[in-house]
Amino acid sequence: MATLQFREAILAGIDEEMARDERVFIMGEEVAEYNGAYKVTEGLLEKYGFKRVIDTPISELGFAGIGVGAAMNGLRPIVEFMTFNFAVLAADQIINHASKARYMLGGQLSCPVVFRGPNASAGQLGATHSVAYDSMYAHFPGLTVIYPSEPDDAKGLIKSAIRSEDPVLFMESEQMYGMKGEVSDAEDYIIPIGKAKVKRQGDDVTVVATGKMVHVVKQAAVELAKNGVEVELIDPMTIKPLDMETILTSVKKTNRCVVVDEAHPFGGVAAEVGFLIQREAFDYLDAPVQRVTLPDVNAPFSKKLFDLWFPDAKQVVEAVNAVTYRG
Amino acid sequence: MATKHKDIIFAPVGIDPTKNGKATGAASGKQSPLEKSVDLPAPTAANHKEAGLSKAQLHTMYEQIYLQRRFEERAMQMYQKGKFGGFLHLYIGQEAVSTGTVHALNDDDDIITAYRDHGWGLVRGVTPNEGMAELFGKATGCSKGKGGSMHFASVENHFWGGYGIVGGHIPIGGGIAFANKYQQNGRVTTCFFGDGAVDQGALHETLNICQLWKLPCIFVVENNGYSMGTAARRHTVNEIHERAKGYGMKSAIINGMDLFSVYKEMKAIADDVRKTSEPWFVEIRTYRYRGHSMSDPQKYRTKEELAEYQKIDPLEKLRGYLLENKLMTEKAVKDLEAKIDQQVLDAIDFAEESPFPENEALFEDMYAGEPYFHDKGNFES
Repeated sequence: MATLQFREAILAGIDEEMARDERVFIMGEEVAEYNGAYKVTEGLLEKYGFKRVIDTPISELGFAGIGVGAAMNGLRPIVEFMTFNFAVLAADQIINHASKARYMLGGQLSCPVVFRGPNASAGQLGATHSVAYDSMYAHFPGLTVIYPSEPDDAKGLIKSAIRSEDPVLFMESEQMYGMKGEVSDAEDYIIPIGKAKVKRQGDDVTVVATGKMVHVVKQAAVELAKNGVEVELIDPMTIKPLDMETILTSVKKTNRCVVVDEAHPFGGVAAEVGFLIQREAFDYLDAPVQRVTLPDVNAPFSKKLFDLWFPDAKQVVEAVNAVTYRG
Repeated sequence: MATKHKDIIFAPVGIDPTKNGKATGAASGKQSPLEKSVDLPAPTAANHKEAGLSKAQLHTMYEQIYLQRRFEERAMQMYQKGKFGGFLHLYIGQEAVSTGTVHALNDDDDIITAYRDHGWGLVRGVTPNEGMAELFGKATGCSKGKGGSMHFASVENHFWGGYGIVGGHIPIGGGIAFANKYQQNGRVTTCFFGDGAVDQGALHETLNICQLWKLPCIFVVENNGYSMGTAARRHTVNEIHERAKGYGMKSAIINGMDLFSVYKEMKAIADDVRKTSEPWFVEIRTYRYRGHSMSDPQKYRTKEELAEYQKIDPLEKLRGYLLENKLMTEKAVKDLEAKIDQQVLDAIDFAEESPFPENEALFEDMYAGEPYFHDKGNFES
């Protein structure tokens, strides 16, 4: 095992895939000469040159579409967005084209493109830089959405994403890039898309979380353990395909569930997971499923308001207390 | 305080808002030319040999133009009879653009277009049977009945399809060209769109990137005078082809009602792209005879304007040229037309008799890799 930062783990995965497949290239704002706004692409230009490591203008719609066309025509583009907030400008290419072209042409082409970049809040960046888009993209058929929480998962999954025959959104976090973790140094380390991991074993309550929220739940679990409540933490890692089987197995064991989602409440991952647990494991539940999400309010700048807005360990503890009927 | 203007309008100043294609100068009592929605540049003076076309090519071109025309006329009838639903955007009047272009390109050069795509499909690999069946939503359609009128395609013949979001396929055209350059395969990409798409931001972003990276792509505006029902001069400023100047991109303006002009100039442009790997921005001026789609009452233009363009109809013009220059006999033309008339009628029979897609097809063609359908169990009985 090697200790790598989250950014280094993604870089290692991209580097390995670029080395093994000439068709893989990376494009985006500041990915080449600047070495990546968050240094995820550091050193790639030197190694692969301007043919395969390409700085783009600030034209998300334009370069995302060039990625889609290049993928249709035989290449394996990795399109980096400086954040998924900016990818909203490219939504036509992701939602109207990458996800639909194959179907509407009766399977005549495929679109193996990876769109990647940081997702969700990165602290006090205000309303337009703080949104979690994973559940929004998961809404659309044809798109795979991956949102890993730890360096090891990130490396294994970015490699799977690049090898996928279909469009993938690979989501990261500004605040996790520096986080260190043990990463497998197995040769060609691959984690399959669509498989959840049990990140913490426990018998009392199932908590489902992805991305940064996994770490919030880990903090909460330490607090709860002090009071004898053992959390089973499920990290789906892939939002879509969603591994409901692993979640349901856990819920059927613990009989209680909290879903923690760094998105707004309406129609998010928490809503979907909650609905499916209700339908598939109704008889196993000892309490209604609870969720911890952002409020239905834009991200504020002020530190005080931001802390109120952002889901924290205390809210997770409270939700667990609610489903375990503890004061 | 500034003077209040009585007549504030949010429309270009100096354009009569009542109707496009009206006779100007009526007040003075003088008969004057129509104020048309597009002014055509002069056609080439070259005859077919000077344009580089053989007699055999002319025959093929006539067959293709006639097929596109007849196919769409019949499609319109079938639509009006309620044989299929959805949108139907007809290309009638613009066929010289598709026909001239495919002959100017190599067979492995790439073509991508918007939703007015039947003509493009028919000249690039979609058979009349496959096309008609696609309109009817049948499993035997070129896109297995999943695309319909707007999504004809024959990817194996390098026709990447018709796309339904105005301007949405322009960056994709750039991406196809990017992959060709990356793979150094010498293919030229042509990306066609209407004058309405010129107003989309996607065009600006794509032209900038393509000129920056020298992508081998020809961006072609088929300016047919109207963005749905809004005349070109009402929806966009200045001359469209002059947009190229802002990007330092090579540009041209072509008479799209004239087959030889389209062929000759597109061939020269494609040769230049193949040689230099530099993009072009081309405005081909043409005219659509039918409405934007079947639901269009066409109140925004005059019958006189339509008649002006029908005088230079590419189908009639080529037929006249073939007969005048004794390149085809009257009988040969009639026989060819009869053959195609029958081919289109057969296509209708084929479409009628073809099966609709099986229920299973609903879940097919979503993924190239492992398929996944969230909560699929809920849709299975």
